[in-house]
Amino acid sequence: MADKVLMKGNEALAEAAIMAGCRHYFGYPITPQTEVAAYLAKRMPKVGGTFLQAESEIAAINMVIGVASAGKRVMTSSSSPGISLKSEGLSYLAGCDLPALVVNVQRGGPGLGGIQPSQSDYFHATRGAGHGDFHMLVLAPASVQEMASLVFKGFDLADKYRMTTMILADGTIGQMMEPVSLDMGEVISYDKPWAVTGTGGKRTHNIVNSLSLLPEELEQWNIARYERYAQIEKDEVQYESFMTEDADIVCVAFGVAARVAKNAIVAARAKGIKAGLIRPITLWPFPKAALKKAAEKAKAFVSVELSMGQMIEDVELAIRCSRPVLLCSRVGGMIPTPEEVLSKIEEAQNAGRCE
Amino acid sequence: MIVFEKPHALADVKLHYCPGCTHGIIHRLVAEAIDELGIEGKTIGIAPVGCSVFAYNYFNCDMVEAAHGRAPAVATGVKRANPENIVFTYQGDGDLAAIGTAETVHSAARGENITVIFVNNAIYGMTGGQMAPTTLPGQVTQTSPYGRQVETVGYPVRVCELLSNVTGATYLERVAVNNVKNVKAAGAAIKKAFRYQMEGKGFSLIEVLSSCPTNWGLTPDKALEWLNDNMIPYYPLGVYKDKFAKEA
Amino acid sequence: MTTNILISGFGGQGVLFTGKFLAYEGLIEEKEVTWLPSYGPEMRGGTCNCAVIISDDPIGSPLVTAPNVLIAMNTPSVDKFAGAVTPGGMLFYDSSLIDEKIEREDIKAFGVPATQMAADAGFPTLANMIVLGKLMKETGMFAPETIDKTLEKVVSARKRDLLELNKTAIKMGMEL
Repeated sequence: MADKVLMKGNEALAEAAIMAGCRHYFGYPITPQTEVAAYLAKRMPKVGGTFLQAESEIAAINMVIGVASAGKRVMTSSSSPGISLKSEGLSYLAGCDLPALVVNVQRGGPGLGGIQPSQSDYFHATRGAGHGDFHMLVLAPASVQEMASLVFKGFDLADKYRMTTMILADGTIGQMMEPVSLDMGEVISYDKPWAVTGTGGKRTHNIVNSLSLLPEELEQWNIARYERYAQIEKDEVQYESFMTEDADIVCVAFGVAARVAKNAIVAARAKGIKAGLIRPITLWPFPKAALKKAAEKAKAFVSVELSMGQMIEDVELAIRCSRPVLLCSRVGGMIPTPEEVLSKIEEAQNAGRCE
Repeated sequence: MIVFEKPHALADVKLHYCPGCTHGIIHRLVAEAIDELGIEGKTIGIAPVGCSVFAYNYFNCDMVEAAHGRAPAVATGVKRANPENIVFTYQGDGDLAAIGTAETVHSAARGENITVIFVNNAIYGMTGGQMAPTTLPGQVTQTSPYGRQVETVGYPVRVCELLSNVTGATYLERVAVNNVKNVKAAGAAIKKAFRYQMEGKGFSLIEVLSSCPTNWGLTPDKALEWLNDNMIPYYPLGVYKDKFAKEA
Repeated sequence: MTTNILISGFGGQGVLFTGKFLAYEGLIEEKEVTWLPSYGPEMRGGTCNCAVIISDDPIGSPLVTAPNVLIAMNTPSVDKFAGAVTPGGMLFYDSSLIDEKIEREDIKAFGVPATQMAADAGFPTLANMIVLGKLMKETGMFAPETIDKTLEKVVSARKRDLLELNKTAIKMGMEL
């Protein structure tokens, strides 16, 4: 408790990036993530870092590619429409096997959408962040504390696996204040012999590149990348279990939706319904094994989302559709109330009986 | 006595360019500048998308292959990460003056301390000869089969003229590689642009008028004539801006 | 115990600041707290609001749809949120700006002529702190000793000269 301070999620995230050794940030204003840029515009010059407001999201992500190529920790942040623009760069980051941290403080879509919280970029983050076969590590904070700790962890994972970590947050977590401890521990540094820093006349040239016109070679690059992904799926899954030991009804939710679901679960328990929550912290890799195990006992699942039903597909896949999975969702910037989640839990209780 | 040899900064590999293409000359001029300034060990090149996409294999310095049009943004990142590195982009007309216009203008506006080598051959070569932002009025290409009609597709973009109004730009010069005299002048301009970067003087862009015999449908020597007779009148050679002209 | 507080008013009335003060009070007293602003175009002059939850237990949803405590600094805030206050809850409102009669009888409503009082006292921007003083007196949520400590945290370094005035304003509210 001692050293906790009240901070906005967006600001805690930005400060954690500095603590993780990130000294380069490229951004572009868009609600509701602008605090990240504003905070770093103040902080970066004080720690000898670079803050640069790019001419576009596209330029910003390519500046990220430049710094990542040079072997340094780098971050950009945006909100949904801006992330669409960055998608080209996300694909190149993957193709070049570059580490970077990209933050999406989601708002409602599609198109210009709205500026209120949303989780409707789940598919984008976990499936379709750009063209080609690739994944990003996708971390979903549900508190201001996690905005900080997952950014710190995210930089480490990015370097460890030479890939992009995406922080998939939402407007609520970005805008809210909570007590946060910025005691993040030691930064682990990684050798980057592949980086372009100048040959110094001492080695052959390094090339950071995603192009190969030889199908056999390009296939091998992809296969090697997916071997790394398989390792990540084994080693890096993170989730929180809340009252799941005896749960008949298991809610699955991340970010702000998980917080609402917790209220509903407490209310359901008070009514005698054994409800619980699995909160994926890593959306990719998705906690498939935990859900599969929960399905052994649970009668039904409820996917609580701020989207028209995106994560629900991963829930169904994880449990191989062995139990009914209900969707509780609000979109467009609306957030489900605990009462709405509770009534879906009750519905699931009945659905579970029918099966 | 050695009278002629390959610059060290140019890799000892076979280039893939078409016979008569002037990319080879421009590669050599860049490599010579790097050699003469003794900066190969700290130079990072950014390759584009287009005919010179494989430039990353042709220079012995560290290289990054950028997405189409984004080389100046990538260069910005590389330079900001390690300001002691010498960073150049090598881009064609489609890459720099169409899809990458914003990155070009804004890296100039910021006065990024980088060197841009802009190869203008008035056509998209790699994809087989389509209309470029610099294709001349009336010029026939695969996507302007009746000649570039300015009434419907507008006029060519003159990059040096455009950037000469950008306060942040330091040094802009248009050169050509169609004869020995012009090649020598081009080499001097490229070297000066690198030297300016070493001296921390800011953004330089050297526009090199280049030929594309294959897609222009001309023999290499006729292509150089065509460049002389058609491109140079539309894109006059010379220094468009030099903030440090007096010093020089 | 969990207290769900909603603070609502015009931009410029110190709505977010009032929320921040309450959240810091909670933090200093080692409670769980969340502070969530409404954000968007309404920041520029329209109605804005801010949800603060102070609890002995970990907080789930940071949203407040049914407040135990409502601070309403203008008429639209009463219109919009007075109906949502939980039965037995409390409403603090600026009676110098709100003429409306509070219809609900199942809640405790406290009218504070804060804007008038603040203007008379020579610090017209601190009406919110007078209301806050009244809230602290009626709810007894926080120990009076922590007020100074909290103000130290929330009043920015640039506005150090306002520290004493803030204390005076809170005190005025507490004495009502």
